[in-house]
Amino acid sequence: MIEVKDLRFVYPNGVEALRGVSLKIEDGEFVAIMGQNGAGKTTLVKHFNGLLKPTKGDVYVDGVNTKDVSVATLARKVGYVFQNPDHQLFCESVEQEVAFALKNFGFDQETIEKRVSWALQLLGLTQYRQVSPFMLSGGERKRVALASVLAWDPKVVILDEPTIGQDYAQKEKLRQFIMQLRTQKKTVVIVTHDVEFVAECQPRIILMKNGKIVADGSAKEILTNPEVLLQASVIPPQITQTFHYLKDIGLPTNVIDVYEARETILEFLGETKK
Amino acid sequence: MRFMVARESVEVIKTEKLTFTYAGRNEPSIRDVGLSIEKGEFVILTGPSGCGKTTLCRCFNGLIPHFYQGKLEGEVIVAGLKVNEHPTYELACHVGLVFQNPENQLFALSVEKDVAFGLENLGLPREEIRKRVDWAMKVAGVYELKDRAPYELSGGQQQRVAIASVLAMRPEVIVLDEPTSFLDPLGAKRIFEDIYKLNQKLGITVILVEHRLDLAAKYATRVIVMNDGRVLLDGDPREVLSLEKTRLLGVGIPKATRLYQLLKNDGIPLKSGKVPLTPEEAAEAIKEAFKSD
Repeated sequence: MIEVKDLRFVYPNGVEALRGVSLKIEDGEFVAIMGQNGAGKTTLVKHFNGLLKPTKGDVYVDGVNTKDVSVATLARKVGYVFQNPDHQLFCESVEQEVAFALKNFGFDQETIEKRVSWALQLLGLTQYRQVSPFMLSGGERKRVALASVLAWDPKVVILDEPTIGQDYAQKEKLRQFIMQLRTQKKTVVIVTHDVEFVAECQPRIILMKNGKIVADGSAKEILTNPEVLLQASVIPPQITQTFHYLKDIGLPTNVIDVYEARETILEFLGETKK
Repeated sequence: MRFMVARESVEVIKTEKLTFTYAGRNEPSIRDVGLSIEKGEFVILTGPSGCGKTTLCRCFNGLIPHFYQGKLEGEVIVAGLKVNEHPTYELACHVGLVFQNPENQLFALSVEKDVAFGLENLGLPREEIRKRVDWAMKVAGVYELKDRAPYELSGGQQQRVAIASVLAMRPEVIVLDEPTSFLDPLGAKRIFEDIYKLNQKLGITVILVEHRLDLAAKYATRVIVMNDGRVLLDGDPREVLSLEKTRLLGVGIPKATRLYQLLKNDGIPLKSGKVPLTPEEAAEAIKEAFKSD
């Protein structure tokens, strides 16, 4: 469990990035952190694995205050996949990249080999095993970064903007993949601007603005509340917008997903034709 | 005597049998690409990751073959210039490139200096530089930020500075490679609106590489779908995005379009005519089915 209590964070240049954030994320939860550029989303999640330590307030991971443990200890439990894969990748081959942290954590050679193959296959990277990460496209590098974190099997997985540079088919794979992580009782936290992706995955949404949380609730609650979204510079999904325009003929306004939209319309048509 | 006043169609980009293989690779990244893009078009270039979109764009401004090594076959002509025969700094006056992450593009200590950088390198007279920098900053909406450091700005502001730097070169074509993926949705929407304005008011040809079509599709006059290094589909956005083939390829078609498709397949009598790309259009089409007959 991750617990954040009145967290404040000021960067060395004086920028106050977090101005009193409190939240709880239970084991096995799937949470999306959304909101304006510069709202403090990335700063917040960097506190979960101890990359940043609070200026004021506290962050507890499984009851342990992050101030009392090293990043290396926390990293075993909380895996963080950076927004920009180039901040993370540095090895000469994809294989070495994925094996790197495993070696650091002291896994034996056989386990490393097994885990690397597993992670590469999972993310469709097996054919690039011997290729330099820098020969790959942005979307592929992003998946290498993800594979290298998943390989050590952390309990909490944080994905910072995982859908950037990914095409729709890969996003669908990512979605299935997150669902699979959840069946393994892992906690998944994503930072994202991708409203349509969130409408499909339907996680709990924490909405941020200017270093504070402005809303916290189910995807359905948050994405169908245009006033709250706008405060945080988020636009409702296309389906929700479509239903907003259909309000005057009696359709509900709390629809976010395309298949749910189809069902709702078919049902309403069935009733009006009776 | 009769005068024929036809609207002149000017070809700004032409490729013929264009194939490029990066050094060290066995397979070409783009194959046999033949395209003709006219002045004033707003083209969305999409397709699965690794389909060759970015490689194709690198050919438009000469990064290929001048910066990226490899084997170039066929021809690319931009604004009448054969790309392989002209250096990148000359091509930069015709084709501007805006990257996904503005951080990779900005480096100067002030917005103004960043915008002026390309022009200084061209050796233009001081007055001309002054004029163009002010103009570009105004058009891109960053004039008020001219003395600020780019790294202090928000993602949306940074991307506008990157656009201003490109505009200062007065290019005929702007190529944008997923320019809004790091921006919040409202910031993304505003950038697309601004790009559309540049296209409409200044007649700048826009080539937008994009996976997320929800916000951008409505501005396009043409959608090109690539797959495996080749151009697979090329045409009117409403036609291309409503093809089953496009969806199965993994192109993220707008959800408004998808809902329309699903209901159409269910045999619902939707308003016929244009396929919707926006929520407003989808709602209008759906309302038809609820009208009592």
